[in-house]
Amino acid sequence: MQLTIDWLHFTPGSALTGGLMLGLGASMLLLFSGKIAGISGILAYVIKPSHLFSQDAAWRALFLIGLISAGTIYPFIADLPPASIAASNPTLMMAGLLVGFGSRMGSGCTSGHGICGLSRLSLRSLLATVSFMAAGFVTTYLTLHAS
Amino acid sequence: MKNTITFLAGLIFGLGLIVSGMTNPANIIGFLDIAGNWNPSLVLVMVGGISIAFLAFRYMANKKLTLFKEPVHLPGTTHLSKELIIGSLLFGAGWALAGFCPGPALVALGAGSKQAGIFVLAMLVGMYGHDIFYTRLFNKAH
Repeated sequence: MQLTIDWLHFTPGSALTGGLMLGLGASMLLLFSGKIAGISGILAYVIKPSHLFSQDAAWRALFLIGLISAGTIYPFIADLPPASIAASNPTLMMAGLLVGFGSRMGSGCTSGHGICGLSRLSLRSLLATVSFMAAGFVTTYLTLHAS
Repeated sequence: MKNTITFLAGLIFGLGLIVSGMTNPANIIGFLDIAGNWNPSLVLVMVGGISIAFLAFRYMANKKLTLFKEPVHLPGTTHLSKELIIGSLLFGAGWALAGFCPGPALVALGAGSKQAGIFVLAMLVGMYGHDIFYTRLFNKAH
């Protein structure tokens, strides 16, 4: 197989800058609150009815409000970069179900395993990251090239 | 003070997702499409994120308290379970179908994307499905 690079959409500068910001956000949460910036775990915790108004839900809710407001605030600073979503609504639903269920079963997602877990050299996170990347490569191949 | 920093950490993380291009599903699928026109941007996003977070975790490695003198909570599990692999495989399949993972989907929802809203709703159902039904059905403690 020959690998061709999509130079048109490859944005090394902004990818690295944004990546450094992800690292900064995750590091702030770690240094000042002693917590892991794992979005799926944080979200799953706050949506449990029994956790409502608990002390442990408070910091998670604050972090999520910060995260979500990034999308709301950004357009006031600069134009949002274009986003193109190729998936149909039923596909989005199927994808959401898989991402929600899978992230809970696998104890984490791209942020918790892929960034924080790899940063702390966790073998579990390495295995999880290799697994979701592999499934991602195969699924993309099947949806784009196997017809 | 701590609350402000927690909010800012989420905000900076979210802004980082926008700047890096990860809130655009086309960039995720471009990375996963190794047989087509491959977009390596996500590799640099991870290199950037890990380089900073690695230093922070190094710094915290032998510390029991945060900068605010409170206990540190890091996952202690080291068991390589079947669930870890199967769950991650399911996650990866969903990630590739939409080009969204939880963080970017929430940020895109904050920016008013209706499609991100559909994805997030389904994701919450999937999370409930696991945490409330699956774990009970198979008696798995979480």
